[in-house]
Amino acid sequence: MNVLVCVKQIPDPNVPGKLDPQTKRMVREGVDAVLDPGDEHAVEAGLQLVEKDGGEATIISMGPPRAMDAIRRALAMGAHRGILITDPGLENSDALSTARAIAAAIEDQSYELIICGTESTDGSSGAVPAQLAELLGLPLLSFAKKLEVSNGKAQIDRQTDDGYDVVEAALPAVVTVTGGINEARYPALRGIMQAKNKEIKQLGLKDLGLDGKAGRAALTEEVIEIKAAEARKAGEIVEDKGDGAKRVADYLVELKVI
Amino acid sequence: MAGVWVFAETVDGTPAPVVLELLTKARSLGETTAIAFGPGASKSVQTLGKYGAKKVYVHEDPAFRDILATPAVELLASLIEKDQPDLMIFGMTYDGRDVASRLSARLSSALIANASDVVKKDGGWAIITPVFGGSLLVTTVPRAKAPTLVLIRPKAVAAEPAASEAAPQVETLSDPVEPGQPVARVLRREKEKASGPKLEDAAIIVSGGRGLGAPENFKMLDELAAELGAAVGASRAVVDAGWKPYSFQIGQTGKTVKPTVYIALGISGAMQHTVGMKGAKTIIAINKDPEAPIFKLADLGVIGDVHKIVPQLIQEIRARKGK
Repeated sequence: MNVLVCVKQIPDPNVPGKLDPQTKRMVREGVDAVLDPGDEHAVEAGLQLVEKDGGEATIISMGPPRAMDAIRRALAMGAHRGILITDPGLENSDALSTARAIAAAIEDQSYELIICGTESTDGSSGAVPAQLAELLGLPLLSFAKKLEVSNGKAQIDRQTDDGYDVVEAALPAVVTVTGGINEARYPALRGIMQAKNKEIKQLGLKDLGLDGKAGRAALTEEVIEIKAAEARKAGEIVEDKGDGAKRVADYLVELKVI
Repeated sequence: MAGVWVFAETVDGTPAPVVLELLTKARSLGETTAIAFGPGASKSVQTLGKYGAKKVYVHEDPAFRDILATPAVELLASLIEKDQPDLMIFGMTYDGRDVASRLSARLSSALIANASDVVKKDGGWAIITPVFGGSLLVTTVPRAKAPTLVLIRPKAVAAEPAASEAAPQVETLSDPVEPGQPVARVLRREKEKASGPKLEDAAIIVSGGRGLGAPENFKMLDELAAELGAAVGASRAVVDAGWKPYSFQIGQTGKTVKPTVYIALGISGAMQHTVGMKGAKTIIAINKDPEAPIFKLADLGVIGDVHKIVPQLIQEIRARKGK
């Protein structure tokens, strides 16, 4: 079976994020860009399926030209080829434009499954996979912590507040996976070398037939203000010199907890 | 008056807690209609009215319970076309997110996720979204035709019954449900067993992170929680590592909690976690890294080793309780 995996390149989530007050967008300069750690699980899930059943895993991403590096990392993990949607007109796209661009870019692809992370680590709206499913007329199996494919069907354990639901859909389908679904592999040196020669196709708005229909030309929303939230009052920070537990217990008494 | 719709998720006729929060917000913004789908939905009408719904659409077809998102999207799209509401708000829940996202693609409407508030602005709406663990507030306005779709985080609004109580107008729908083809069907539901108070409702939460070092060290958290009558939570790192089931996870991708006291043990305070707990009235943190961001939120922070301090703390509490 052939699998498409949607990935996003994001600023290193281990570096505290900043917004540019002028553009009201994330500051990306000076921060390393990485493959979203949540998407590594999507790549891993896709690779496990094609390794078991044969077929190819294609990585698809939208972003500036440097997002190529995120695709390259997924290729180094073992994916077969990549598609990068990149166009100055897509800068600052909202989720719906992103979904439209991906839907257009995969029109000529053959696939049984589209796998995404549940949400990006930086934007975390988690809207693109469901929007993509809607645009393609496909079922969405969301929040999967377990995924199995057999007999033309995909079955997942879908996270709930107090357990999970077992949910099934016929292929093709869109699946979103949680971080708990697998342990993502680390690219081996051989994989990194091989990835250099794997194909990454680049597509712009014109190629997708979306000129004027996605990106800046079709924004559904606009950020008008960013301000600092009311900060919590600074607390008391003490070093444990053997009396830390006592200090906490005293505080719990103060709070009338004990 | 603006038409404000609320996606009223119900389980066996009981509205999800977030629905009462959504109604409390909605009724301050306009004429409120609640949409209650699924078996038993009609039983929720009175509660929905109590919290501000003037009108309730009810459809009790089992498809809304047994098929993910698409039946709700089909029916909502047709109801929206008929009534043309200005705003529709959803809880940022598993189903709320799937339904709202699909609907936005169907209607080409604005969708703003993770919101903490919606306010009126210049005859339209402005939506407030906390970012970076809640340290910044972003204001977004819709630029697409109505309705604007907004996903509001649980516990962002305090639920309060409306001052005046009038029975809502009820419109019961029974047309056959078109689920949209093909579908994702729920085969069965599994509950993970939990003991003690529910995280969402707990007044005191004891929460553990990667700093605990190993899954078996959660035992001392259970002990501490038992002494305090607290619920036990966990950070995403711990859940991703498989130390605790997902139902323990607090944060962006987990639960949002607002306890009176939150005790963070070996939790660094990544933004993904703090967005789910920074609404706690009092935060106590113990962590060996003095640079851990959790100390910026803590009312009391102790720089030290959780493995040493927690057992001592349990003893201290027992001593004070005269045990």
